[in-house]
Amino acid sequence: MADKTMTSDEVVSRLESGMTLGIGGWGSRRKPMALVRALLRSGITDLTVVSYGGPDVGMLAAAGRIRKLVAAFATLDSIPLEPHYRAARERGAFELMEVDEAMFMWGLHAAANRLPFIPVRAGIGSDVMRVNPGLRTVRSPYEDGETLVAMPALRMDAAFVHLNRADRLGNGQYLGPDPYFDDLFCEAADRAYVSCERIVDTAELTKEAAPQTLLVGRHTVTGVVEAPTGAHFTSCVPDYGRDEEFQRHYASTPWPEFAERFLTGDEQDYQRAVQAWHKEHKENKEHGKKQVREEKRARGEKHEEKEGT
Amino acid sequence: MTAVTRAEYCVIACAEAWRGAGEILASPMGLIPSVGARLARLTFAPELLLTDGEATLVGPDGAPEGWLPYRRHLALVTGGRRHVMMGASQIDRYGNQNISCIGDWARPRRQLLGVRGAPVNTLNNPTSYWIPRHSRRVFVEQVDMVCGVGYDRVAEHPVTGRFHRIPRVVSDLGVFDFATPDHSMRLASLHPGVTVEQVREATGFELTVPGDPPRTPEPTPEELRLIREVLDPEGTREREVPTSTAAGEAVR
Repeated sequence: MADKTMTSDEVVSRLESGMTLGIGGWGSRRKPMALVRALLRSGITDLTVVSYGGPDVGMLAAAGRIRKLVAAFATLDSIPLEPHYRAARERGAFELMEVDEAMFMWGLHAAANRLPFIPVRAGIGSDVMRVNPGLRTVRSPYEDGETLVAMPALRMDAAFVHLNRADRLGNGQYLGPDPYFDDLFCEAADRAYVSCERIVDTAELTKEAAPQTLLVGRHTVTGVVEAPTGAHFTSCVPDYGRDEEFQRHYASTPWPEFAERFLTGDEQDYQRAVQAWHKEHKENKEHGKKQVREEKRARGEKHEEKEGT
Repeated sequence: MTAVTRAEYCVIACAEAWRGAGEILASPMGLIPSVGARLARLTFAPELLLTDGEATLVGPDGAPEGWLPYRRHLALVTGGRRHVMMGASQIDRYGNQNISCIGDWARPRRQLLGVRGAPVNTLNNPTSYWIPRHSRRVFVEQVDMVCGVGYDRVAEHPVTGRFHRIPRVVSDLGVFDFATPDHSMRLASLHPGVTVEQVREATGFELTVPGDPPRTPEPTPEELRLIREVLDPEGTREREVPTSTAAGEAVR
């Protein structure tokens, strides 16, 4: 049977500018960041990105790779507003299809089930209908006659998801509390690429975990990438939690400066640069100075964001 | 026991949102609503379901009793067995709420959270709001982007809107509801130490105010003990709603 393992750069080499790309995870949780970083290393641009947005959206937006975004939010969770996403929106950097979290989910279901749309109540009466003039409503053909939104299928050319474990065939396993919508992303995309913390033998997947942890089926997967710490700095429980210190650094550093230091090399360079930053950060913390300034800046920003919320 | 703080009145006012709610999910967003929901659960609403903030439903002792990942949470919303208390960057007199952006949506002056789940929430389960700083910037004549649907908007869709309900809006100044003939916002109770003039001053639209507005209920000694010793011993609630000593507002 086909061995689907490949590198993240091979994954990206199969993509093209102008594609519609789905990205799994939720906010700053289990995002396929190693694949996103590989995408940032490539020249691929002009993307339509479909995501429960986190730093994936922030980075791609900051780097100018997004032509259109389909989302209900972009957040870093512990930092409510994704600063780079926010800046990109405020300079009108891309087109946005802003829909509700549930509408988004039903759009994925419609795509996975090869339906043109799924009727949903969400959206009626809200400005989601105003800002998406292409959204249509349908009237229930039964006696209730209810008017509903015809949420269109969110079909994608490709999808990225990150899971805890996978085998070489593309069976993906989540070990945390929430599957998010990663199975749906894979089913709703023509080609799905799964990165994971560790590739293991198929038999090992269920040695200690129940079969219902096998979230993603190989029939929906094109490529498998072993990417340890591949969700960094987002969480990938139980393997690791969110790197809050580094996330704060990401959120408070101007994008060009951040990209220059962390994203000019390959994934190994990134991981090394993060380690070096942590070491430096720890030393600075012990010495007090610069750290206090940075924290203050981060806190100031957070405070301001809370007001907005 | 020391005087009841403004933050503690807010906790009580939030907790009241879930009184008599039955066996449903309480979804508090923000710190004070969270303390309020857990207080309700520990006292007068023991049937409530609460999450750990991630994907697990937990009992009062933190023991898991159920699984609620996002996909099931969103499905639970449409089933209606939930009462959420959301924040609002802007809210108008009919309860239209905005958390998406300020200014023109096409190119916002300030990008905020995005619509998130406000559209699905407001059309499917009771949705209340918590506003820690009552001001004209939040209580506005017209919101810039309708995320949570208000009573005037939903009136145009009577069938689709049949599950719509905004039971209350709690701010640091008082409690508000929509129990008026046209479902516009009404002052339901003032937190002790707050005047009607203060509320009017901080509200950017005309508010219905009853002749002699009631006061937000006092916490019982047991409720106060639970808030202070069990639910929020660190006193984080006082950071969300600081007690204004300058205005002599440390009540009683």
